[in-house]
Amino acid sequence: MKFWVINIVFSYLATIGFGIIINVPKRALNACGIVGVLGWIVFLTVKHFTYGAMLANLSSAFAIGLFAIVAAHWHKMPMILFNIPSLVPLVPGGQAYQAVRNFALGNHDLAISYLVQVTLIAGSIAMGFFLAELVSQVYLKYRYRN
Amino acid sequence: MDENDLVVETVLLAGKIMIESGADMTRVDDTLKRIAANAGAEDAKIFETTTGIVMSIPHKKRAQVETIEKRTINLGKVAQVNDLSRAFQAKTISLVEMKEELLKLCDAPAFFAMWWQILAAVIVSSTLAVMYGACWQDFVPTMLASAVGYFLFYFINKNFKFRFVSEFVAAVVIGLTSIWMVKLGFGVNAGLIIVGALMPLVPGVPITNSVRDLLAGHILSGLARGTEALLVAGALGLGIAVVFRFM
Repeated sequence: MKFWVINIVFSYLATIGFGIIINVPKRALNACGIVGVLGWIVFLTVKHFTYGAMLANLSSAFAIGLFAIVAAHWHKMPMILFNIPSLVPLVPGGQAYQAVRNFALGNHDLAISYLVQVTLIAGSIAMGFFLAELVSQVYLKYRYRN
Repeated sequence: MDENDLVVETVLLAGKIMIESGADMTRVDDTLKRIAANAGAEDAKIFETTTGIVMSIPHKKRAQVETIEKRTINLGKVAQVNDLSRAFQAKTISLVEMKEELLKLCDAPAFFAMWWQILAAVIVSSTLAVMYGACWQDFVPTMLASAVGYFLFYFINKNFKFRFVSEFVAAVVIGLTSIWMVKLGFGVNAGLIIVGALMPLVPGVPITNSVRDLLAGHILSGLARGTEALLVAGALGLGIAVVFRFM
């Protein structure tokens, strides 16, 4: 219980914080934080059930893309305002750090293994993002036809 | 000035503000074509890259170029240009009023002052460090490391305009602060402190835009932004690597 409360509050704060750094307008910040929290909940849940980072990152990026579309329609503002701050907690910072550290210390095998992990995670985030984009294109086409 | 010149100038100004502030190319293309169509130039041809925009109205034989020399990140301005375009479409403002608003927006400062940005950076890094599994003892050291690092990054960017040097210096300082604090016994896990403190400097906007541009077929802009993101990430990594090499 404590774990979930901390994660929800902190992912909300982290998303809003990054929103302020990239100058998202004040009236969009709250929606930004909510999209970030939902994305992080999806990440933790999928990670808990599958024990892997890639599927968790993919589904979380996909969920963030979808929620960002909803938020963008609701606020009538561009979608990038909502999905960029929300994707920040997914960045594979830990693995990238280990890769750089091991390169600097001369453990090249370990460093390359971490680098591959970083690439795979970044790729799965991009894939999730692609899928959300695809859904939004299909939705827009369907909506403008009727 | 005749009507067509006004259309071209307004559209180019809107495009310049959007690209300077970090909008993705699909959004820029869509907004500019919409403004042109609402101003009566349905067949306007617009070519935009991250370094310049060319626009012409074919049957009127009008064309102009606008260069883009700086790239900052200010998504609020993107949203405001979007709002203006919507207002123009709904006919609540005229083209002349829109151009005046855009000129005002062009020189407007960032929405959040420096202290707000540093506070935001501190919040981002400390909360993310805990989310990645750092213990509570690492919370305050992460705050300190990121405050120092982000302040330097902001200061160098504002006063000297060295794009990748600022990231490098910030990463070195963050690395040194974190390792010293762990050595002095304030923090526990130097790795998580460093990862947290570096998070506000992650090039989130260029990475996301690069993926979106590549997908939408704006290959030129996508590659340019991807390169920018890689250089920033490389500068951050190099800064940390230097600290590990010599500490």
